[in-house]
Amino acid sequence: MNATKELIDKLQQDILHWQGFKQQGTASAEAIGLGAIECAFPNGVFPKKAIHEFITVEPEHAAASAGFIAGILKTLLLQGGVCLWISTSRTFFPPSLIAFNVAPEQVIFVDAKAEKEVLWVMEQALKCGGLAAVIAEVKEINIIQSRRLQLAIESSKVTGFLLRNDPQKLGSNTCVARWKITPLPSVLEDELPGVGFPRWQVDLLRVRNGNPGSWKLEWVQDAFRPVVDVVEKEEAVVKLMTGHYA
Amino acid sequence: MMNKRFICLWFRYLLTDWLTLKRPELKEVPFVFAASVHNRVVVTAANSLAEAQGAFKGMALADAKAIAKSLEVVPHIEGQEEKLLIALGEWCIRYSPQVAVDLPDGLILDISGCAHLWGGERGYLKEMLTRLISKGYHVRGALADTVGAAWAIAHLGKVKPIIEPGGQAEALLDLPPAALRLEPLVLDRLHKLGFYTIRSFISTQRSALRRRFGQDFLLRIDQALGYEDEPLTLLQPAESYLERLPCLEPIRTRTGIGIAIKTLLECLCERLYKDGKGILVAILKCYRLDGEIIQIQIGSSRASSHVARLYQLFELKIELIRPKLGIELFMLEAHKVGDTDSEQEYLWQPEGCGLADKSLSALLDTLANKIGADKIHRYLPQERHWPEKSLKLASSLKEPPATSWREDRPRPSLLLPKPVSIHVSSILPDNPPMFFIYKGVRHVVKKADDAERIERPWWEDKGQHRDYYVVEDEEGRRYWIFRSGHYHDERSGWYLHGFFS
Repeated sequence: MNATKELIDKLQQDILHWQGFKQQGTASAEAIGLGAIECAFPNGVFPKKAIHEFITVEPEHAAASAGFIAGILKTLLLQGGVCLWISTSRTFFPPSLIAFNVAPEQVIFVDAKAEKEVLWVMEQALKCGGLAAVIAEVKEINIIQSRRLQLAIESSKVTGFLLRNDPQKLGSNTCVARWKITPLPSVLEDELPGVGFPRWQVDLLRVRNGNPGSWKLEWVQDAFRPVVDVVEKEEAVVKLMTGHYA
Repeated sequence: MMNKRFICLWFRYLLTDWLTLKRPELKEVPFVFAASVHNRVVVTAANSLAEAQGAFKGMALADAKAIAKSLEVVPHIEGQEEKLLIALGEWCIRYSPQVAVDLPDGLILDISGCAHLWGGERGYLKEMLTRLISKGYHVRGALADTVGAAWAIAHLGKVKPIIEPGGQAEALLDLPPAALRLEPLVLDRLHKLGFYTIRSFISTQRSALRRRFGQDFLLRIDQALGYEDEPLTLLQPAESYLERLPCLEPIRTRTGIGIAIKTLLECLCERLYKDGKGILVAILKCYRLDGEIIQIQIGSSRASSHVARLYQLFELKIELIRPKLGIELFMLEAHKVGDTDSEQEYLWQPEGCGLADKSLSALLDTLANKIGADKIHRYLPQERHWPEKSLKLASSLKEPPATSWREDRPRPSLLLPKPVSIHVSSILPDNPPMFFIYKGVRHVVKKADDAERIERPWWEDKGQHRDYYVVEDEEGRRYWIFRSGHYHDERSGWYLHGFFS
């Protein structure tokens, strides 16, 4: 029995290896600041050499996803790294990055004419080792297009983020993870009035070779922080009332 | 040291000659250039026909018109003289490599050691003048040991155009003081004192001359006589970075065109590299067998002499070249060049990141060439409160922020390009609404921050200020809404401007 398990573990590792997930030395060195969520990925490491897909239906979701990505960018852009933001109709407001400790001048915006152009620019950008991350806003992407992007990424170590604005169909593609970030009511300590720290419901809908799951996070003092139990009750009530996250 | 020799060319009717060349119908017409100076319209140049009728440079146009009948007037073109002189000077480089422009209407050539190539000074000057005259310019030229003497003889000499070495002092004696290129004020004073020729004051004591006419006066005399050097600002012949590749067999394939571009780039980049320069804009011309010329252009945001990188830029455009019967000649020109940063600098950049990264600027070049440079933006903070104006476009990849970003107030992740009007209800002064309707959905405001009032800059317009609120609805969605104007004001309205994460 034990031998079988060992064999299966070994085979799983091999498969991961063949799929491009290299065994990292220490997980902590590669940590991206997402805490428990990182365990959902193979080997417990957030895949940087990959494309992450974010489903955003409403602008509110897009805003939440932008905040969540900005939180990840904070770690990716350490030491003056640069990222590219590609879109056709940009509403993203650079000064908002300040709240996530990312310097807006380190982001280069590319305004493409059409979706096709966005994907072309993204493919070029993903090949560029001089970038830390590439973010692109696209409505649709098919499996062939996503495979092209994945191939481009393999020659560099750039992290790709796809913001799927109001997608008509969520077909299958080769993105390593599919996320959905929804805003949650913020809570200020001691019941103070006013709007608190950004807080999100983070749903990892699909992970290649990993375990999907749901988490609650907030952004406090330049770091992601899991939402603690004390307030979970309140969340539960809200959930019941709205029925939104049931 | 070799004896210096100078030629001064004086284009007496520079502007009018040029216009006559351009518009031959003016050949028989008296005409002047005129420009308004201090509320007066003044003649700035007159052709010989106009001068014959009494209209001279410097006259008020009204006077000139009164004197000369049927006078044509052409508006003055600012800086045209200099442009013409530079062009003429560049043409003159065939006679001497050292040519300087002498504004407003002359050229100075340092011809030391050049004349023997044309069989002596006489033949040299004659050849130069005949060719300029045959071009259609009125020109007078003189040759002497010093710039000052050559200038004097060219403008005012009456005896001979070539002053033998060492003869300048004697040649100048009978000329009026104006030959020394003096200030009008000094000339006026000399005239009043009765000094009509240089001879009349040249032997006066220097200290007396300095006291009366100033140091510049003595300098001009010394320069004309050759006691003092006169530095010239020489025209730099523009070195063109151009490479040609004639083909024995016409090129018809994409591979062939690629090889041609690579070969040309290699030659050109080697030259550029030696000069420490790089290509900013390069133009490739393909001469086709059927006589057509196809031209493609690439641009680089950083001056580069890197063959592979420049080739990548061309590669994107090769498909625009239709060879048809074939291309017999390729010509590559570095249209705009710039100084390259030395390779050394890159060694100190952290590997693979940062705005100074080479592969990043290569990527941006590729993007700019395909989708246009105006589609690529980078933002820097600007000290303005109005949200839309709180950032400005960076002019380059390396421009550092001049000020810091504001951190005291939160800014939304998404900002609508135009605020959207929303319906609100239950409003109280100094408070956000209890609920609002945006795109048909009713949002109950559960939490809100205090208002942030943002005024319009007083110098811009008299529009209304905005009171911004960060609000959160019952589902936790966070918005940036504002009331424009005062609560009591009838014109005030509520708008949604952004989404917080």
